[in-house]
Order: sequence, then structure tokens, then C-alpha cells
Amino acid sequence: MDLENQARIKELGEKYGPKELVVVLGSSDPDSAELAAETVTAGDPTYAGPLAGVPLGLPVYHILEPEIKEKIDPKVYEEQVAMMEMVLDVGALTGAVRKMREEHSQL
Amino acid sequence: MMELKGKKAIALGDRDGVPGPAIAECLKSAGAEVVFVTTECFV
Repeated sequence: MDLENQARIKELGEKYGPKELVVVLGSSDPDSAELAAETVTAGDPTYAGPLAGVPLGLPVYHILEPEIKEKIDPKVYEEQVAMMEMVLDVGALTGAVRKMREEHSQL
Repeated sequence: MMELKGKKAIALGDRDGVPGPAIAECLKSAGAEVVFVTTECFV
């Protein structure tokens, strides 16, 4: 993940904590989804950025996960996400993020 | 049970997937307060 983004997420994660703050991803491939989810829960596994060794434990979801989708206004979802939902591998993406969440999120 | 209403949210988009602003619009419609929006590029 981009180092500047890591710095910003670290700041917000420490300010609000996992009870108040949620991270929602729009990743296009399962590997990058897993990496991003791991970075905001267990810390940066590449040890390159500010989140190296910082387990924020934030709840993390992919925008395509049913738990998130069902809470979004269907009209907005249709306009903003539906087209990408048709071309992305929903099962692989949501599975990768769910795995990291279940292993490392504090909630 | 996951709740978005009243939560702070980070929209971490992907240029080749769902971009940050699209995620942010969705989260706002669910009642979350979006505190950071970005779109990463994995090239």
C-alpha cells in the first residue's frame, strides 16, 4: 500500500480505534485485497511503511461483501459499483478480505 | 453485526477496481462519515 496512505490510515486508526472506524476496499485482485486488509489489521507485512509492526485491528471489508452491500442505498450501489461487480471475481475478493478480517480485526 | 451508520469510514479504492470516490458515495448513503478517500494504483 502507498506509504502516504499508510501514514494517514495510521493516524486515523490511532485517533478513532476499531470501534469507531471501518475500512472499505475496492481492490480489483485478491492478492492486493489481502495485502491491503492485512496492512490495516495486522500491520504492513512488507515492513516498508508506517504501519509496519502496527496492528491497528480495524474492521475491514470489501465493498462487494454482502454485509456492506445490503447497507448501501441500492440506487447509489447501482450507479457506483454494479458495473465493476460484473467484471470482478467477487468470491475471491470477498474471501481474501474476510479471511484477514477474521484473523486480525479486533471486532 | 456490521453497522455503518454513525461510523467513521476510510474508502480505499483501486484504479482498476472500485475507485475511492465511488466507495465513498456508497458509504455516505449507508450513513457513515467518510474521513479519508483515496484510490490506489497497482502498476
